Amino acid sequence: MAGAQKRSKLATSMAHDLLTIPELLSRNAVEFGNAPANREKEFGIWQSWTWSEVKRETEDLALGFLALGVEEGDHIAVIGRNRPHLYWSMLAAQMIGAIPVPLYQDAVAFEMAYALDHCGARYVVAGDQEQVDKVLELKESLPSLRHIAYLDPRGMRKYDHSKIADLREVQKRGRAESEKFGPELARRRDRIKSDTTCVMLYTSGTTGRPKGVVLSHGNILEASRSSSEFDSLRQTDSVLAYLPMAWVGDFIFSIGQAYWCGFCVNCPESADTMMTDLKEIGPTYFFAPPRIFESILTSVMIRMEDASAIKRRMFKFFMDHAAEYGPALLSGERLSARNRLLYWLGDLCVYGPLRNVLGFTNIRVGYTAGEAIGPEIFDFYRSLGINLKQLYGQTEASVFITQQPDGEVYSETVGVPSPGVELRIDDKGEVFFRSPGTFEKYYKNPESTAAAKDAEGWVATGDAGYIESETGHLRIIDRAKDVGKTASGSLFAPKYVENKLKFFPNILEAVVFGNGRPFCTAVVNIDLAAVGNWAERNNIAFASYQDLAQNPQVYDMIHANVASVNESLSEDEKLAGCAIKRFVILHKELDADDGELTRTRKVRRGAIEEKYSEIVDAFYGGRDKVYLETEVAYEDGRKGSIAATLNIRDVKSTEALANAA
Amino acid sequence: MSDKANSEAKPKNGSGEILMELKGISLRFGGVLAISDVSFDIKEGEIRAIIGPNGAGKSSMLNVISGFYHPQEGEIWFRGERRPSMRPHRVAAQGIARTFQNIALFKRMTTLDNIMTGRMTLMKSSFAAQALWWGPAEREETEHREKAERIIDFLGIQAIRKIPVGTLPYGLQKRVELGRALAAEPKLLLLDEPMAGMNVEEKEDMSRFILDVNDEFGTTIALIEHDMGVVMDISDRIVVMDYGKKIGDGRPAEIRNNQHVIDAYLGVAH
Repeated sequence: MAGAQKRSKLATSMAHDLLTIPELLSRNAVEFGNAPANREKEFGIWQSWTWSEVKRETEDLALGFLALGVEEGDHIAVIGRNRPHLYWSMLAAQMIGAIPVPLYQDAVAFEMAYALDHCGARYVVAGDQEQVDKVLELKESLPSLRHIAYLDPRGMRKYDHSKIADLREVQKRGRAESEKFGPELARRRDRIKSDTTCVMLYTSGTTGRPKGVVLSHGNILEASRSSSEFDSLRQTDSVLAYLPMAWVGDFIFSIGQAYWCGFCVNCPESADTMMTDLKEIGPTYFFAPPRIFESILTSVMIRMEDASAIKRRMFKFFMDHAAEYGPALLSGERLSARNRLLYWLGDLCVYGPLRNVLGFTNIRVGYTAGEAIGPEIFDFYRSLGINLKQLYGQTEASVFITQQPDGEVYSETVGVPSPGVELRIDDKGEVFFRSPGTFEKYYKNPESTAAAKDAEGWVATGDAGYIESETGHLRIIDRAKDVGKTASGSLFAPKYVENKLKFFPNILEAVVFGNGRPFCTAVVNIDLAAVGNWAERNNIAFASYQDLAQNPQVYDMIHANVASVNESLSEDEKLAGCAIKRFVILHKELDADDGELTRTRKVRRGAIEEKYSEIVDAFYGGRDKVYLETEVAYEDGRKGSIAATLNIRDVKSTEALANAA
Repeated sequence: MSDKANSEAKPKNGSGEILMELKGISLRFGGVLAISDVSFDIKEGEIRAIIGPNGAGKSSMLNVISGFYHPQEGEIWFRGERRPSMRPHRVAAQGIARTFQNIALFKRMTTLDNIMTGRMTLMKSSFAAQALWWGPAEREETEHREKAERIIDFLGIQAIRKIPVGTLPYGLQKRVELGRALAAEPKLLLLDEPMAGMNVEEKEDMSRFILDVNDEFGTTIALIEHDMGVVMDISDRIVVMDYGKKIGDGRPAEIRNNQHVIDAYLGVAH
């Protein structure tokens, strides 16, 4: 294919010539000028922009920023959902030597305050009124803030526009004054080098304050290049940009790799329409955290429960067949003619239509990362013929540390080192890496930089893991600092146990305690969708989440789940001491707004242990009920509280033994 | 939410021209006097609330404005002309749209189709041309669809565009109904208890939409609402009714201190 040849020629030639993202944009505008670069659904129609249009739009924005007075080294915060204009704003900032700082749009004002103040953001590009309001709320404490630009003008008409402007007006002004600012733009562009800062991303802060990770153009380009080659990504690929722009993954997929390969980035119409948009776009390259794959699977299963008997039986028959032979077929193994024929039939009747409904028809490469994924969930997608793989990464590595190559995919490992990445595991079991994508530094934080990155460039991941001898793949057990010992001296790896619990569809989230304690205990969050549906089918009435959570039958169900986790743990020599003796079902969902999860929805263990200390005391104090009053934050920032009496359930160790026998 | 909206985004409306004037309206159902000699006006661009205890005649008043009831006495002046007694669809064609207390959507039609029906009064092609979907009719539908899509975008209901409204939760149905009323591009929008049965968050959303409609499209709004907090926050002027009579009329602050109103709501020792 001519295109492919052109690509490979390009890939070799540019590796040395092209050093920055703006340079890639210029190249794409020439090479793929008429190919779509961005699409966004608006007013019910997919609007698209070609690479040459994107270049024009971005340059106008850059000129507009110059007209506003943006200087080199200024930080421009970008806050909003994934939209082409916001991506262009980041590019425009880079073009004029400013540093884009994407922030989580669902963060409440005081969380945003830290990042905005820490980077000394002079300009903010906000997606809509909600984001502008948050920034205005903080205005007093942000002396360096000069100007805010917003994208969606709704509700903005009556604001004082002396320090606030419509982003499109900024762009228009740039276009109008292109003669005046054009030469300055060219000068600034020439000064961007491979080691110029490309973007600054704040870590989600599982522990302590978020840190500003500084990534250079070189970091991003190298990481994007080698990972694109690893999975043979090409210009004709397409992705759906729906994950937070503040997350390093989105920056790599929607900017790094997209600009390197020249593929199209599609933005959904709104957060709620993601599934519909996914189906309409049918991306070829797709990333989602395990949570999303999990909830898609749950909704498929719930819909199947309500289907007619014939459909249910057909679904079961072919899904059983797929579970047995699908993954093997995907890994390229040979099957008997009968099994191949049955798989083909299944593809016709079930797998194909299902992939289509979910928007996974065209997927060539699918990734999941961030948390462990349940083996059943992982296998479900692979058995459908979707090439879902796992990767292990960090903001500090420009994402990629390890990836699973095609044909070597296992649910419990995270793959082999990505191209260019070196791995090392120290004697305490902590994983270290060194790569061209390794971050420059933490902004204004030399101590943390020194603590994380040693003189030879090795970076501590903070995760404990080991290389599996038979596959050579990395396997992650837990956060290194969370791995501890119970009072009896056996190994305690909470995340490992929590993941096992979370693999049950009824359990949304779990937090396990036990470090330095006589035995392990768990706080469980039920999955309202799954348990609610189960309750409905079994004629169990409930008034609220809280009510359902304390239902004795729900307790019985979770009890059975915990017992089977204990059973599987008892088979593991190292982790047998992690068996859960007591558990409680929490009356509210853990929420980032209440400081219980990070914005990337990881459990904040310390915060939870502190907040629910009464539960922990009750666990180890031998009580069987605990009364709680918990503060909750509403989405608008107001606080309220809910009170409940929670039941504590004992899981007898004999039960686990009996089951095991 | 509403305090914020009030403090930063809302200089007082209602200093404009009079859009509608009601003079000495009385409405009887047989021997029952539902409205007795009520007069007030609605100015261009304001949010005008009608409040009162149950059975005060608020809904009847709204029905009089929308042409559903014809008062036995009194005059209605709309945009400087006295309005003769006319059927509701003629009133709608004049630029008055409404929502209903008990949602009156076409349950089996999608959100988009429901909103498109709101544009019926604005469509010019004949029935035959629309059925054949030919020439001007096609262009016209495209235009109307664009308007409908802008409303969908405005109300943030893209995700339910193609879903039959009957399956939607109550709060969203209310929003679709507002969308349908907006689709008619009304001069005067009548809202009959837009927040009835909503939880706090839904009420805040709806208040925000009402303020934004008023702000972005400059639509004059007359509404009936029970939630006093909401009424005080979003309206420019308030009419208070009790037993079919007007007992107060003024800005929220004045109404709050009006002894008749306090008596009507809290009861008086007789």
